[in-house]
Amino acid sequence: MTDLISLNSVTIGYDSKIVLRDVDLTVKRGEIITIVGPNGSGKTSMMRALIGALVPTTGSVSRSKSLRVGYVPQKLNVDHSFPITVRRFLSVPKRAKVEKISETAALVGIHDILDQQISTLSGGQFQRALLARAIIDTPALLLLDEPTQGLDQNGAARFYQLIAELKAKLDCAIVLVSHDLHVVMSASDRVICLNGHICCEGTPSVVSSAPEYRALFGTGTQGVLALYQHQHDHLHDETCSHDH
Amino acid sequence: MFAEFMIRAFLSGLGVAILTGILGCFVIWRRMVYFGDALSHAAILGVVGAIALNVSVYFGVIALALILSVLLFTLTSRIQEADVILGVFAQTGLALGLIGASIWGRGLSIEAILFGDILAVGWRDIIFIWIGVAVILGIVLWRWSNWITATLGDDLAASVGVNAKHESFYLAALLAIVVGLALKIVGALLITALLIIPAATARRFTSTPEMMAVLSVGFGSAASAIGLWAAYVFDWPAGPSMVATAAVFFGISQLRNAV
Repeated sequence: MTDLISLNSVTIGYDSKIVLRDVDLTVKRGEIITIVGPNGSGKTSMMRALIGALVPTTGSVSRSKSLRVGYVPQKLNVDHSFPITVRRFLSVPKRAKVEKISETAALVGIHDILDQQISTLSGGQFQRALLARAIIDTPALLLLDEPTQGLDQNGAARFYQLIAELKAKLDCAIVLVSHDLHVVMSASDRVICLNGHICCEGTPSVVSSAPEYRALFGTGTQGVLALYQHQHDHLHDETCSHDH
Repeated sequence: MFAEFMIRAFLSGLGVAILTGILGCFVIWRRMVYFGDALSHAAILGVVGAIALNVSVYFGVIALALILSVLLFTLTSRIQEADVILGVFAQTGLALGLIGASIWGRGLSIEAILFGDILAVGWRDIIFIWIGVAVILGIVLWRWSNWITATLGDDLAASVGVNAKHESFYLAALLAIVVGLALKIVGALLITALLIIPAATARRFTSTPEMMAVLSVGFGSAASAIGLWAAYVFDWPAGPSMVATAAVFFGISQLRNAV
């Protein structure tokens, strides 16, 4: 496996406040990494370092040559004054071919809303439109920032299912940031728990078919969700520790 | 038949409408209305400065507007309240401009600076404006995709290798040049109107940014032609007539939506 992108002892600080300390992370071809952590744990800063939106205070980010990145942001500044259809949005930043647009739209399930304005989409449609734009240029690395925020559990499960299907078709690596500390996408190869630094790292345990789990995750999620068991070998001196 | 000065007025009005129509879309999308206002008020200082230094008024206004957009950008990225800084610059520029006018501007018409004097536009002005149209259209086409991407969000832009901060600065600099070119035509107080009203009108009828820019130019051009015609026929001031016509279009477009 080749390394697509790595963070090398990255520390990120704003003014004098350090939000992320000494983080090492290497994303290899085709792997799925889920990053979880409470609010203010540095997830967003880490994501911004990965997409190149910020330069780490110390440490470095190395990317493989001509790495194509597809990024699904948490939100977008599309207010009503900016007219843009889903079809036009798929051509950001560069014009996509007509066949490519219909192919991608069919893959993600947005073919019937291609001519709708982005600002009028529902939460689930909006996430799919963002996803379609991110994958239209067949990226080697797909980065998703809290893509299931605002979706209910079934919606989130369906979205993760879609990601898993896309992963099989596109053969890309995926880094997914989630605010949900315990329920993660079961296809994750690695789960990284962040809290100002990397707290623990592991693999998700597949949700058993026990009825209480089924009740917890609702029906029809088809095993796409899994639990992540945190194994912290240290205590935080501040009040930032989260419940386990 | 129209007199020659009317032909000159039409040509310069059309050039300004093309520029403000396109840049006006970004002013609306990126909420830069107050920025455009600040630039145009402070540009008065540029007019007076150019007269004092005996250089071209276009040069004075554009140079001042460019300096101002650099200052605004460096200051607002560090200090939180962008609107306060904009307000300070706008009103200070206006005040210093008026003081300067009383010192150097013998025979200078404050009214012409504030409201424009399109009927006094000469062939030299028209050449300036249309060179501006050609160059600015070229830059807009060149940066278009990047600007649309940057308008959607800084992080989205960064993920595809577009530096949103740099693109915003280029856009602000271009806006400064447009304000400089348009000052003589519509005046400092009415430039913002030509930036936002045609673009806001076009929004009602369009579903993509490209369509909005084209239609905005269309509405701006029509407003400037009809406004000039009305000014000629009824002997109204030209700049305000153009703006009032644009406002009528805007009103009709809103009605269409309400029906």
